Amino acid sequence: MTDLETRLEDRLRGMLPADADYASARHVVERGTNLSVRNGVVEPPAASHDEGVMFTVWRDGGIGYGATSDLTDAGLAAAVERASDWAQATAGRSVVDQTPLLHTVGDYETPVAESFDSMDLVDQIAILVRADSAMNVDDRIVDRGAAMLRYDVETLLITNGGGRVAQRIRQVFPDLHATANVGSNTQTRTYGRAAFGGQGGLEVMAEHGFADAPVRIGEEAVALLDAPNCPTGVMDLLLAPDQMVLQIHESIGHPLELDRILGDERNYAGTSFVTPDMFGTYQYGSELLNVTFDPTVAGEVASYGYDDDGTPAQRTYLIKSGILQRPMGGTISQARAGLNGVANSRASSWNRPPIDRMANLNVEAGEATVDELIAGIEHGVLMETNVSWSIDDSRNKFQFGCELGRMIENGEITGIVRNPNYRGISSTFWRNLTGVADDFTTMGTPNCGKGEPNQVIRVGHASPHCRFSAVQVFGGEA
Amino acid sequence: MSVDDARERFDDLVTWATGTLRGDEVLLASLRGENSDFVRFNHGAVRQAGSVQQQSLAIDLISGRNHAEGSVTLTGHPATDQVRVAVLLDDLRAQRAVLPEDPYLLFATDGSDSERSVLGELPAAADAVDAVSTGATGNDFVGIYAAGSTFEAFGSSMGQRNWFDATTFNLDWSLHLRGDKATKNAYAGTSWDEQAFRSKIDWSVRELVALGRPPKNLPPGGYRSYLAPAAMQEIMGMLSWGGFGLRAHETRQTPLLRMVTEGASFAPAVSIVEDIAGGVAPDFQRAGFQRPNAVQLITNGAFDSHLVSPRSAQEYGVATNGAEDYEYPLALAMSPGSLPAAGLLDALDTGLYIGNLWYLNFSDRTACRTTGMTRFGTFWVEGGEIVAPIEVLRFDDSAFNLLGDRLEGLTETAETILDSSTYEHRSMESLRLPGALVSEMTFTL
Repeated sequence: MTDLETRLEDRLRGMLPADADYASARHVVERGTNLSVRNGVVEPPAASHDEGVMFTVWRDGGIGYGATSDLTDAGLAAAVERASDWAQATAGRSVVDQTPLLHTVGDYETPVAESFDSMDLVDQIAILVRADSAMNVDDRIVDRGAAMLRYDVETLLITNGGGRVAQRIRQVFPDLHATANVGSNTQTRTYGRAAFGGQGGLEVMAEHGFADAPVRIGEEAVALLDAPNCPTGVMDLLLAPDQMVLQIHESIGHPLELDRILGDERNYAGTSFVTPDMFGTYQYGSELLNVTFDPTVAGEVASYGYDDDGTPAQRTYLIKSGILQRPMGGTISQARAGLNGVANSRASSWNRPPIDRMANLNVEAGEATVDELIAGIEHGVLMETNVSWSIDDSRNKFQFGCELGRMIENGEITGIVRNPNYRGISSTFWRNLTGVADDFTTMGTPNCGKGEPNQVIRVGHASPHCRFSAVQVFGGEA
Repeated sequence: MSVDDARERFDDLVTWATGTLRGDEVLLASLRGENSDFVRFNHGAVRQAGSVQQQSLAIDLISGRNHAEGSVTLTGHPATDQVRVAVLLDDLRAQRAVLPEDPYLLFATDGSDSERSVLGELPAAADAVDAVSTGATGNDFVGIYAAGSTFEAFGSSMGQRNWFDATTFNLDWSLHLRGDKATKNAYAGTSWDEQAFRSKIDWSVRELVALGRPPKNLPPGGYRSYLAPAAMQEIMGMLSWGGFGLRAHETRQTPLLRMVTEGASFAPAVSIVEDIAGGVAPDFQRAGFQRPNAVQLITNGAFDSHLVSPRSAQEYGVATNGAEDYEYPLALAMSPGSLPAAGLLDALDTGLYIGNLWYLNFSDRTACRTTGMTRFGTFWVEGGEIVAPIEVLRFDDSAFNLLGDRLEGLTETAETILDSSTYEHRSMESLRLPGALVSEMTFTL
């Protein structure tokens, strides 16, 4: 480490304009590691070190930012100057003219039970080699792979009012895929398409049963080749947690983002069918539906102590007994809308400004067992692992597909079906929630895209199995 | 840091790093950077405005058939950057020592130097905000202005150097009437022309008038449809997701699998090319290979050539054509047809004019069956006249239908679309696409 880097915090603090209404420097260092094995070949490991600073300046009703990876004194000074220039250029023409931001002091660090540093690279790769090999259960497996993506993100937010928030987040996303083919029939099974990620160290792999998954994934990919196409019809639908991740994300998470409700995303990610007058009264789902914004869940992907504006994070109900309670909006959006929100102002990195994002967005557990939910289905299908997702820009008309379906007849699973899909409308789908299991499972997704300029962030979702009635289900092929 | 300074420091850094190599080590280095302004608008006012200066250096350290890859952001401070690169090289060296040989390693050993600059003349950032704010007056304007210089470079310890930079702007916006009723447009290029911008805004405003009519709520079913170039961009985006890459074909995961296994084809009017010469992407890639001016992907409806990364080339025993590992087209162009723009609505007669599609995904990938939504600027047309905007509809149909026997024609002109994507950095991808008239498109919700 050079002297330039060791003195960084003092240098950043010294550059914040004291006369600004509010000014901050957000320094982010993200170290990533990607290990992968494909078809028995160890692919070259990829390590990344991404580091930079964003200065934000509020002055006289204008707001600007300047972000740079140039950490020389001259580079940082230029970034502050650009932020100040933008504040001047936008004064009087901004959608926000007074800062509601806090000067918070605090810190947070991911608890790690078993650090990856305790295992050398050869042994880490050996885990993936074994997993990759174990998926090779049949000659019809034409492609397979095992991978492990890790992030270690250190963020320091300092403000011109004495604020200082330091956080260190460590995330792990293990992944597996096996593809089987005969003729024009190709079927792929995955380990949740990276949904079984979490915060922590090696323990994340064990908590999500990584070691036992490869043989099952290989066998299911092959079995799907001979499975019938998913039938078409209106029937009961039971969604496994690794599909609920997507269902929550698209049809609860995005519509409740306050910046969408305020119109910021209308040119890109879209608007929302939710309007400000709905909070406190709107029946979003059946009375079985309880949804929390909860950055306190140990080991979930997006647990943190503070958002990127420095707002302290806490567990909050967004939907309680089916009734919509509050949106996901950070401090700035709350001030714009006059609504309560949550600490969800997040940036993908140092080079993008914070916007309203999901963090950990969870469907709370019910009291039924999964077997009891299955027993209550006369004719339906259980769908596992998302493979396709599409929803309109108001987050209402959706169509989702899964890797594998299991037919349920008279309360029992009778066999698997391929290419299962379903479609519906968010505002009615959740009202048909007829059962919530007790198997609360924490997961997440590493790829949520939104914002202008575009940003990808990692979010957490936890859910048990959930059962819905009267859903339009169908299979594949043209 | 200026583009010229970035180029000089990249060259110095690669030269310095080359001097630190040991034994038979080979170094491949790729630089990506930008000096960009981003101004986000909502309701005609500024939501967020700022500037981003960033540089990231990716390195592949090779010895024999052993190698490891890594990347690091550059600070602009030569001593600090040298320390960062030295730390990275030590890490890669340690990793490489314990890794097995990589049978699919392939890199350019006799590549040639190149340089290309796309020069632009952009307004000062504050002036651009003034121009957009003035143009947005009286309208519910939402969108983003992204502008500045981007640059990419390749350098190797064997002395090869490639450089690309472009100074461009991309204003991507929508005007909103009420709810989800909006019209979409973009103005992108290298030189800001106030008159050209005003004419595009005026076009958007005129389309808003048509959106003011009571929307038509169509039931699911099959409708005769015209897909404007922006809608075709979404269809091509799905085809590009494994449609043309060699690895996706060899592992039977391509959405064009039926072309491979059953000899299926599109209509003879469909020809698609990776047109690097006609696009704005660099003509070199991260392993040092040059991209050819053109790769013919689909010719007269039939599959022609794959995009082949160096890794796939080695795995499947063919030559690379300079694709990156993800084997995705960077400058896709589709040949135009003979439909005159002036008679477009008459040719459609009665059906849907689809200005944009949104959020596409495969409902059955191997059947190339795709679902997605209508979005901005989509209208019901009767007797060649726009009657009303529609409430959003979901389609679910195969490209083998839409670009196959249901394709009635392509417009006689193709529109150049500069990708407005800004994930991690400003995109240098582009497309050149005609509009398409189809006899029926299946809508399901």
